[in-house]
Amino acid sequence: MKTLEQTTEEILGLAARHFKIPREELAPSDDFYKKLKIDSLRALELITRLEHHFGIELPDYEVQGVTDFRTLASRIQARL
Amino acid sequence: MLDLSQYESLGAALRSAIERWAEEVCLIESDREQERCRLTYRQFGDAALRVAAGLQENGFAPGDRAAILMSNQSKWLISAYAVFFCGGVLVPLDYKLTPGEHLALLAHSKSRVLIVEYPIWRALSQSDFSATRLETTLVTEAPAGADLAGAKRWEEFRGEGASEFRSRKRQDAACIVYSSGTGGRPKGCVLTHENYLEQCAAVFPLWPFWPGARYLSIIPTNHAIDFMGGFVMPFTGGGAVVHLRTLRPEYIREAFTRYKITYMAVVPLILKNLERGLRERFAALSPIKRRLLNALVHVNRVATRRRPRLQLSRVLLKDVHQAFGGELRALLVGGAFTEPKTLEFFHDLGIQIANGYGCTEACTAITVNDMKPFRPDTLGKPVTGMQLRIINPGTDGVGEVAVRSKTVMSHYLDDPGLTAETIVDGWLLTGDLGKIDASGHLQLLGRKKNMIVTAEGENIYPEDIENVFESLPVKEFCVFAANYLWPQRTMTGEQLVLVVHADPTQNANGAIRGELERRNQRLLPYKRVSGYILWSEDFPRTASLKIKRSILAEQIGRQLDRSAVQPL
Repeated sequence: MKTLEQTTEEILGLAARHFKIPREELAPSDDFYKKLKIDSLRALELITRLEHHFGIELPDYEVQGVTDFRTLASRIQARL
Repeated sequence: MLDLSQYESLGAALRSAIERWAEEVCLIESDREQERCRLTYRQFGDAALRVAAGLQENGFAPGDRAAILMSNQSKWLISAYAVFFCGGVLVPLDYKLTPGEHLALLAHSKSRVLIVEYPIWRALSQSDFSATRLETTLVTEAPAGADLAGAKRWEEFRGEGASEFRSRKRQDAACIVYSSGTGGRPKGCVLTHENYLEQCAAVFPLWPFWPGARYLSIIPTNHAIDFMGGFVMPFTGGGAVVHLRTLRPEYIREAFTRYKITYMAVVPLILKNLERGLRERFAALSPIKRRLLNALVHVNRVATRRRPRLQLSRVLLKDVHQAFGGELRALLVGGAFTEPKTLEFFHDLGIQIANGYGCTEACTAITVNDMKPFRPDTLGKPVTGMQLRIINPGTDGVGEVAVRSKTVMSHYLDDPGLTAETIVDGWLLTGDLGKIDASGHLQLLGRKKNMIVTAEGENIYPEDIENVFESLPVKEFCVFAANYLWPQRTMTGEQLVLVVHADPTQNANGAIRGELERRNQRLLPYKRVSGYILWSEDFPRTASLKIKRSILAEQIGRQLDRSAVQPL
């Protein structure tokens, strides 16, 4: 079982690779819309990528209103 | 299509549709790769009448209000028909709002019934409902054993006896649709049965439905466009609505081909996303294939300049049209302004984008581009029955757009003052600035009102987000649409700006900036202010200490320019 920290770290790594920005520029408390300069549809792309990576399904309502990596990690962690 | 002039209410028209197309499919619901349900009109009617019987036994009477708080799905439409069958007034709420905002609108609408999805109810049920008049709450899809805090399960809700159809008059309220006001003064548009029946009759010939025609519903159904395009129109023509429980772009793309979609309504943001995806695919083609594609696009562009020729476009650009399922007639774009170059991109491919202008207060569409000929620079001509006028035009012909028609709402709920300001001598003042050209096409060139519309089609009013900045350690503050301070003749890239009047001794760019950033982060991304300006004078106020926004905006616009905005 992964810890929340490990899950968060994997999310940050994946987001950095997916949107081609240096990993060290991302922090758990960052607002991913602002930091990755993405709109709501690009954010959904990221969620799908994360679903495949973690082998889970995140219903749309679970990510509704989530804007930072840490909260996203906790929603994913709850389904691992 | 049903002859809508024969009906007094939406409920009566829907009841006829259920009888007429009893064995046709009206609803399909899919979640990722799995289809969850497929209902015929008869099954749809049976499901709705079960709910209607339960509502009537719980005292729900004609004229009573029932709120729906759900994402796009089959139970949304089933519940809506149940409410209309009982003669009730539907209050469709935006499921993306916060529990506090939901509660405020439930209270304002005086809804007696709430029909809500479990994930939303889980958050909302913690609230204090004492300000509301809720008597019955129905929760859909609640897990077994879940504590519903006094609410009933939608799936088990039924009456002992049969439900009884309650007729309504055309002038009676059908829906109360909130166009804004979650943070302050709620603007609940009271739309009558006549508004909807007239609007449907006017736009149906442009985008007809028939048994077998399918609409893919992705814009929230509380939005006027989806309610009309994804409920009233398909049902009055015997068509079907497809709902997806997961609105990821890849599942939307897949739904086109799986369900052979005929129409879909989108907001400009989704259209841009589709454009980006297609451009990426074109860029990946080999040089030879790309040259061939460019040649075919050119032929299509020339052939469709004067009018759309869908069959020809489907042959010329077969692969592109197949990616949209091969049956697509039009993408209806609304909610916000679409850039002409995006419209041109799709037009060149022979994919019709039904572009137009509308607002909730006028029950959806006011003008529509009929593409005869294609004019990406305008929002088209008024739809049947719509009178359009430009009030106080300047020498360039630009003034406020006003509308008069049978589709204009009755009034704003419980706000005669705002109603009187908005509907003057039967004309709805839209607050948008535009002009009508020699061929009768409308062009929009800015706003008179202090608000913005995002590419997602969300209307954001400054008053609705100011509460997040309450108790800022400054003398006073106020939020404006940047284009309200510095008028610009554009309808894209609109932004909000926070005006801060700090004490001269305060280090406004130091301590306050950090606090502004923190507060701004609490708002959903599309609601955030883009930056702030520092203002050194007292805000002009009324005797009751309300900020005189228009005077303050004029002062700021005169003394500062856009470069004074410090980005957040």
